[in-house]
Amino acid sequence: MVAQNIFFAIFAVIMVVGALRVVTSNNVVHAALWLVTVLAGAAGQYILLSAEFVAVTQVLVYIGAVMVLFLFGTMLTRARLGEETDLNNKTWILGIPVALLLFGTMSYALIDSFGDEKLPEDATVVSTQVISDQIFGPYLIPFWALSFVLLAATIGAIVLARKD
Amino acid sequence: MSEFLRSYQTVIWFGVVAVLLASLLLGLASLVRPVKPNREKQLAYESGVDPVGDGWVQSQIRYYVFALLFVIFDVEAVFIFPWATQLERYAGFGLVEMGIFVFVLLLGLVYAWRKGVLRWI
Repeated sequence: MVAQNIFFAIFAVIMVVGALRVVTSNNVVHAALWLVTVLAGAAGQYILLSAEFVAVTQVLVYIGAVMVLFLFGTMLTRARLGEETDLNNKTWILGIPVALLLFGTMSYALIDSFGDEKLPEDATVVSTQVISDQIFGPYLIPFWALSFVLLAATIGAIVLARKD
Repeated sequence: MSEFLRSYQTVIWFGVVAVLLASLLLGLASLVRPVKPNREKQLAYESGVDPVGDGWVQSQIRYYVFALLFVIFDVEAVFIFPWATQLERYAGFGLVEMGIFVFVLLLGLVYAWRKGVLRWI
């Protein structure tokens, strides 16, 4: 358990520093790249929770694909790329109560539902086979519904990106 | 520490060796190499010709469609991995299940193809 706690602390520090740099960085592309460290830290936390499949999905989809989309998205905007411009909005003070509210709600929800419950010392590893049996068994219809969501996203993006 | 996490020690050692090896070799190289920078050496490498303009430019929206198609087929790949672990057990039924999923996503690719967004001018 000690080693787990040490690694949790390492990942947590990396994530907090990365998250702070995302919002304080004055270069949009650098902010997007700092987000990679936050997402990678989250993948590490999933491994500590013995959720191997979720961790691999995090790396494959979020770090691999969504970050590419983010970077192209920022490069398409008229934000001055590569320049150290002041990206902070004048209304940033309004963000503080919103952030505090979000923090309060999430802490309340977590403490209320888990209290001082502890993770089992030897957490059972949910293998990918078990996840597969769930997807292709009871969750087959949501799985197919997901394909239509993805199809709608594809067609929507093509319609938006086409010039005519 | 559980057996599962213990197996991830290999990953950590692999990462440590990678970082150490890279910093050792680069550090060693910086100690022995001569440093004589000039303008030609500092230019960005652009297939042998001098680069024109700034590296920070707005990219074309065309790339965005490719990035989005990549995200969608990446998500598809994520679902193929668990399916592949149980491929033999599901047999024909699994093939039909995955076939329908892939077919619906392929409709999106066919749409992109027919609308000509995959063509590079």
